[in-house]
Amino acid sequence: MPIRTLNPFATAAPTPSPIPEILSEKDSIHIETREVVAPKKGFRPRFNIPFVASTPKAPRVVEITTPQTRLEPPAIPAFRPPSPQIPTLSLPTINLTTATGEKSKMEENTKPLTLFQPPTPTEAKRIAKQHAAFGPLGSKQHLYTSQFSGTEFPEPIEDEPPYYYLITTYISYLVLIIFGHVRDFFGKRFKPENYKHLRARDGYAPLYSDFDNFYIRRLQLRINDCFRRPVTGVPGRFITLLDRTSDDFNLSFKLTGTTTETLNMSSYNYLGFAQADGECADAAEQCMRKYGISFCSSRADIGTSDLHLDVEKLVANFVGKEAATIHSMGFVTNASVFPALVGKGCLLISDQLNHASIRFGARISGSVIDMFKHNDMTDLERVLRERISQGQPRTHRPWRKILVAVEGLYSMEGTMCNLPGLVALKKKYKFALYVDEAHSIGALGPRGRGVCDYFGIDPHEIDILMGTFTKSFGANGGYICASKAIVDKIRVTNAGTIFGETPTPAVLTQIATSLKIIAGDTAPGQGEERLQRLAFNSRYLRLGLKRLGFIVYGHDDSPIIPLMLYHPAKIPAFSHEMLKRKISVVVVGYPATPLISSRVRLCVSAAHTKDDLDRLLAACDQAGDVLQLKFSSGIAGGAEPPIEDELAATKSANLQSCLEVGEQLTPPRWRLADIIKRGVQDVKQPLY
Amino acid sequence: MSSAMANSTYFHPPDLPPTALHFIDAAIASFHKLPGSAIALRYIRSSYQDDPVRSLVELFLFIFAVRYLLAPAYSTKRSKNVPLTEDEIDELVEDWTPEPLTSEETAFERVENEKRPVIVGPAGPKAKLAGSGRTVTNLGNYNHYNFAANPELIGKGISTVRTYGVGPCSPPGFYGTQDVHMKSEADIAAHIGMPACIIYAQSFSTISSMLPAFSKRGDVIVADKAVNFPIRKGLQISRSQVRWYEHNNMADLERVLQRVVKEGQGKPLTRRFIVTEGLFECVGDMVDLPKVVELKLKYKFRLILDETWSYGILGRTGRGATEQQNVDPMQVDMIVGGLAGALASGGGFCASTNEVVEHQRLSAAAYTYSAALPALLATTASETVALLQEQPQLIQTLRENTKAMRAQLDPRSEWIRCTSAPENPVLILVLKDQHIEDRKLSIADQEALLQDAVEEALANGVLVTRLKSPPMAVGTSAKEAQREWRPRPGIKVCVTTGLSRKETEAAGKVVRHAITSMMKGRKWQKGTLVAATPSAAAAA
Repeated sequence: MPIRTLNPFATAAPTPSPIPEILSEKDSIHIETREVVAPKKGFRPRFNIPFVASTPKAPRVVEITTPQTRLEPPAIPAFRPPSPQIPTLSLPTINLTTATGEKSKMEENTKPLTLFQPPTPTEAKRIAKQHAAFGPLGSKQHLYTSQFSGTEFPEPIEDEPPYYYLITTYISYLVLIIFGHVRDFFGKRFKPENYKHLRARDGYAPLYSDFDNFYIRRLQLRINDCFRRPVTGVPGRFITLLDRTSDDFNLSFKLTGTTTETLNMSSYNYLGFAQADGECADAAEQCMRKYGISFCSSRADIGTSDLHLDVEKLVANFVGKEAATIHSMGFVTNASVFPALVGKGCLLISDQLNHASIRFGARISGSVIDMFKHNDMTDLERVLRERISQGQPRTHRPWRKILVAVEGLYSMEGTMCNLPGLVALKKKYKFALYVDEAHSIGALGPRGRGVCDYFGIDPHEIDILMGTFTKSFGANGGYICASKAIVDKIRVTNAGTIFGETPTPAVLTQIATSLKIIAGDTAPGQGEERLQRLAFNSRYLRLGLKRLGFIVYGHDDSPIIPLMLYHPAKIPAFSHEMLKRKISVVVVGYPATPLISSRVRLCVSAAHTKDDLDRLLAACDQAGDVLQLKFSSGIAGGAEPPIEDELAATKSANLQSCLEVGEQLTPPRWRLADIIKRGVQDVKQPLY
Repeated sequence: MSSAMANSTYFHPPDLPPTALHFIDAAIASFHKLPGSAIALRYIRSSYQDDPVRSLVELFLFIFAVRYLLAPAYSTKRSKNVPLTEDEIDELVEDWTPEPLTSEETAFERVENEKRPVIVGPAGPKAKLAGSGRTVTNLGNYNHYNFAANPELIGKGISTVRTYGVGPCSPPGFYGTQDVHMKSEADIAAHIGMPACIIYAQSFSTISSMLPAFSKRGDVIVADKAVNFPIRKGLQISRSQVRWYEHNNMADLERVLQRVVKEGQGKPLTRRFIVTEGLFECVGDMVDLPKVVELKLKYKFRLILDETWSYGILGRTGRGATEQQNVDPMQVDMIVGGLAGALASGGGFCASTNEVVEHQRLSAAAYTYSAALPALLATTASETVALLQEQPQLIQTLRENTKAMRAQLDPRSEWIRCTSAPENPVLILVLKDQHIEDRKLSIADQEALLQDAVEEALANGVLVTRLKSPPMAVGTSAKEAQREWRPRPGIKVCVTTGLSRKETEAAGKVVRHAITSMMKGRKWQKGTLVAATPSAAAAA
């Protein structure tokens, strides 16, 4: 009865769901911890570490009681939907969120009579569509403010898996490589036509080398179905995948014509502005009617309109800088600004894990490039001392300028830059600081203004704040914020501004409207709620995963949660397990990560509800058991639950003391039911 | 190790704690259990008894071998570093004063920033300017078919926003490939006549990412001297060996190709590319595609053709240079184009074989590491490509308008000439050589003069722009700047079908008069040698 029929995107979901009832978005959440298939006898290794975690458990069914804190009328339990996805208008809980712009409905619903009236089909359809893009807030408890408190910014603790896993990971790669070479050996002899593009033919060198192509051909091809899955519709809370099959082992795919609606843990839709209705889409439509589709020009020619100036002013104000300049693509923003800042005789010091666009820009600039270990301030200081004292290579002349480039939030690690540390170093070593806030703008800080806001640091301390509109704002493009003098100079010396196409009207309006909502100028309260939901969701999921026993990387407040998989075979396995449960996740392996640390990257959004995250946790719990992913040692947090009686008293003490206990840590392996029961209260304390 | 073990069996210092003794006993016991241990022990024992020096030498050799194996292959220490004490470093750090992050704006740059036209409302053929509030004739943007204001396209764009939202919030590799992207890719590929196509999120970034995906260190790229800025950056980042040939000079191209082939003889075969443009962004003229294809086939090079400014413009249905010059698109290895200009959408594309396209999906930085194109722009691209095919008369009208505009400028004005091809709706006007010589106008002078002309035209109600020269890299010396190819200062006049023939002619007249009044005015009778821009340094 519920969402399937009402949802416009889920016209046909043919894949019979092999998942138990609990994950089918119906009914209250039953969680069954399934019995784990014990590994085969022959497979049992001599090391005894690995399988401890997955000792077969008796199946137990847990009824999850919905928290009492939910704001709803006490009566009519028959009408209370277990999941907010069911678009029953008669429920005030739906109207709790202002994000859907459903103010008028709230008044209607205060009349007791309408409470029992089922919504008209069109209305229900519309709301179902809205909720598929942005879930309603379940409870006021599900809010939190993302802000750094304390003095010293702690390094995130990185847990390590038992050595068994590391060794077997290497062995897995070895096996894959050997198999690949064997297949190549026979393939090249028996099916030479499949390899002809790797060989020189009639005087043309091959377009790519056999060696470079080996990884793609023999390793990545096996798991190609986990990448580039085509989608349709809004990439909001849910995302609709176009189903596809492959007849030739992932060489090519055929669309089956059907779609699957999945929970979207993959898009960088931090604040949930990817919506096809609501303030942003309304404004975008109006703007397109007035301005047309495109300006068909670059900024330096005549691609500057009043819209651009407005957005630049808004962005500068939002970030807290004097001026801003905007581009139509985030990648190009980075790639073209470095040549305008540094060049010959300058030094660019870049974090080891900086994004490809920074590296692209750095290479074009022609400056000397040095790197420091990811987020390691001691290493940065070492590099600075050495480089400043030695001067330019060979000539030993002093550097003209030194620019340190870091990211606010690292998209593969979930770590934030140590801004207090950087600012302290900057004062001493006088370098210029460039912070790429591609992921952090909108996603961090009590007011959503990025890392500066999160750490309570004046944005003027940082020379250049760069960011993108793709992520939190649901638009496209990037910006550079700096002092007016710098921005004015960049406008005339930056190739992206001179030659790059200017952002289009619809995109500009999306940026302007979402910025105004976050700042509270449009639809007051909505922006704040989005920010707080994101902060709550990020911490809730991270805590839940830690407690389940997964190794997750990154800082507590980061909405990017990398969950470590290690083995190459677990990359597709995890992706498939999630897809079976109608959840879409991003899995990444080498070369995007180091060879050993394949991971799945979960991107939390304000559009998710707590129930969505519980559904994800349940799915991860099951997948984690099947794939043996729960091997955290407990040093990164998620301690065992204290005994029920002294729950309140010892809770905080336990969590705090986890670090000091050191050796005596018991690896956290919570039951899902406990995690869900305790999550909401515990999330507001330090997670480790 | 075995020597150390042998030693331990003979020395039992009495002051060791019992646990250590126990441990040693256990170690010996387990050592004895190893197969072949007896032989090793006997060997060591006999050699020790016969010659203890030999055992020591062996031990030394063993340690040396281990150290040698563990040492890095080459020294990673920067031996050229001057040894300094911590205090000295502190002092040097204290002493060091960096330059400001950006240098001061030059006077010319300030003018450019202040005078940049700001349009209020849509950037149609008649645009309203901020500040003065005047409505002027817009000959400045690439809205050649006025698709930007096409109500049908806008309607489709809006319905796309209502289904997909604005941004895709993901890179194409991770759930950012939407069905509309796949459709646009197929539409463009079918239009050009290539098997496959890939869409990038920005036209400007397309070729600078696509080039380094194929051409690596050690490969050779032969490029036209006048190629546009993104190609130059792509060449730079590819780290390939770049050879230049004189702009559109086929004899010179052949000479360069011959040389590359000759130099490559006897060496392992490397990838070789020719990079050129369909319509040149900086000059406006057209490539001689049949000749280039002939040469490329003769010398076995691959051809990368940048059709950013010719796709949607040249040919009967806007397929570009291949259609215009009757060349089979499959003879060109990769065709790169832009959707942000005449097609009024956004993004760029590369059309080629399946294999080439799929390779880019993994290794072209601007595709892999950037968010996908907004869905509404992908839909618009599909629609405009269809419109060009359904209504070839649009292109015909544009050609007629271009002809009308050209007639007002090139032969009529005694001061300027148009370097663009007759089919190119972007007319690039440069000062005639004779006047430049007579008045001794430096490049900076020409730029300033043309800027004045642009302002004069604007005062008379026609908006045109100056051809922007690429920015100089920070810290480029005057000598290096001189070596680099710079486009000739010029004025860009973009023709559009949004204006009638009469309007176009009137606007052309205004531009012509603006240039004439500048050339006849007192200010520019003689060039100044004031270095106002970085390009002035190049000219000096």
